[in-house]
Amino acid sequence: MKSIDWKPPLLVLAVLLGALLLIGSPSTWFTLTVAGVAMGLLIFLMAAGLTLVFGLMDVMNFAHGVFIAVGAYVAVSAMKLASGAAGADSLLVNLGALVPAMLAAALAGGLLGLFFERVIIRPVYGQHLKQILITTGGMIVAEQLIHVLWGPDILQLARPAALKGSFLLGDMALEKFRLSAVVIGLAVFAAMLVLLNRTRIGLLIRAGVENKEMVEAMGYRIRRLFVAVFVAGSALAGLGGALWGMYQESVTVHIGASMMVLIFIVIIIGGLGSVLGCFTGALLVGLVANYIGFLSPKVALGSNILLMVLVLLWRPQGLYAVGK
Amino acid sequence: MPEPLLTLSGVHTHIGHYHILQGVDLAAPRGELTMLLGRNGAGKTTTLRTILGLWRASAGGVRFDGQDITRLDTPAIAARGIAYVPESMGIFAGLTVHENLLLAAREGPLRDERLEWIFRFFPPMKKFWDLPAGNLSGGQKQMLAISRAIVEPRKLLLIDEPTKGLAPAIIQNLIAAFAELKKSQTTILMVEQNFHAARSLGDSVAVMDAGRVVHTGRMADLAADEALQTKLLGLSLEAHQ
Ligand SMILES: Nc1ncnc2c1ncn2[C@@H]1O[C@H](COP(=O)(O)OP(=O)(O)OP(=O)(O)O)[C@@H](O)[C@H]1O
Ligand SMILES: [Mg+2]
Repeated sequence: MKSIDWKPPLLVLAVLLGALLLIGSPSTWFTLTVAGVAMGLLIFLMAAGLTLVFGLMDVMNFAHGVFIAVGAYVAVSAMKLASGAAGADSLLVNLGALVPAMLAAALAGGLLGLFFERVIIRPVYGQHLKQILITTGGMIVAEQLIHVLWGPDILQLARPAALKGSFLLGDMALEKFRLSAVVIGLAVFAAMLVLLNRTRIGLLIRAGVENKEMVEAMGYRIRRLFVAVFVAGSALAGLGGALWGMYQESVTVHIGASMMVLIFIVIIIGGLGSVLGCFTGALLVGLVANYIGFLSPKVALGSNILLMVLVLLWRPQGLYAVGK
Repeated sequence: MPEPLLTLSGVHTHIGHYHILQGVDLAAPRGELTMLLGRNGAGKTTTLRTILGLWRASAGGVRFDGQDITRLDTPAIAARGIAYVPESMGIFAGLTVHENLLLAAREGPLRDERLEWIFRFFPPMKKFWDLPAGNLSGGQKQMLAISRAIVEPRKLLLIDEPTKGLAPAIIQNLIAAFAELKKSQTTILMVEQNFHAARSLGDSVAVMDAGRVVHTGRMADLAADEALQTKLLGLSLEAHQ
């Protein structure tokens, strides 16, 4: 198979080690690292669809945050409906609440994505400025609808009973929910790698991200593929939103919009259209946000922008440039 | 005479505000290699792209294999049996040689006899089977682009300047491969600036200038007539070598 470019993963490793030196205490470092990886993987879930959508069709979708928000809100309602099972003493019963809630969040994200693609984005193919304006407008309208449906207040999104609290490893605490987020994020990443590298659809997506015109000249309808990727990406955003809401244990209407800055940083760092880049970039952003949040809270957001600038100075097309 | 496999009649193409093709009449007879010649900017690439629907003809018509394909979209046109090797080659750099060919084989799995046939023209395709296409040399990329076009039998190949930028030895290889390919009776419409290649491969020829076809005939006749070459192409073809 293909050789992998190992420099970006080494950069992640360097960040991990550098942080250990700066932070000093291994247990603090460990907690921050787990938090950073969990956050990074959740950002990856939310960002993966957007990077493919941009790569395939050059579509700038500023409404992506709405798919995140709607996933989080649907999860709030679903968990409330299943609050008995979510509060029960058994992990298995908890999963009976959590899994349907996550699926409902993904479904809601996917359906809203389908609607956006059909109604809002389709008329403005190839016109970036219009895409930005109209998707931003769509986002505002959708946020208002969320207000109407769920009200303006901050809502609680409780974790299921078995995922509250931490495991203790010596003096190091490992939050159960963070660990679950890591597991889910890695599972989705692995599934995406298999899909992209081992299936014909994946082959078409990778080729389409590189050169859409050539894929069409070979006789394939890339539009249908794009709709499928758009919906799948929106569903992942919905799932990511639900998990992110649970990570923070609360949900506001801006939960998606507030993540968009980090998401854009991630897909730019990773290289537009690259899933591997998105994954690596998300880890970097999650780790840096947590390390700097601890070391010097005032510059937390600035630190990720600085990270982006440094990466782009090193590799102007992002960590894993997609050959156009 | 049988109907040519491909016929363009009075084709006009606009790109933005520019009126690029201004009534192109062109035919590619079945089983022949038709050379499309012309100065830089004459409209050769635009003609190929219009046939494939990558640009839309604003007037006129394109018939392929007895049917009007002018209004079809690109995937539908390609699916009728047209393969395209663009000037830029259009290979997928992040995909391996194998994956590039896999994608080009629309009808199903790769056929061993067909691959062996391709490997005979282009041995590096076998050697670099699992290498990302982006790592190939320029000549090998061109071989891959052509292999992709013939990985399944197609009725018509549109090939844009296959020898552009390649070293003379590689060009010789390509010419030999095309000569071999011609034995399979595939219909080819090829744009070529290299005279040696054009003369040794072309059966018929069409010369474009300023968005129109200004000459059609047999390649051998044009190759023998230096005065006509000078008139049509500015320099004599001999001088292009
Ligand atoms: N995308 C485009 N936008 C505007 N004008 C274009 C575009 N593509 C081609 N043209 C113009 O159309 C004319 C024909 O171009 P075309 O590429 O078809 O020529 P060509 O015969 O293939 O030339 P060459 O031998 O240089 O490849 C040129 O004047 C070119 O500048
Ligand atoms: Mg050209």
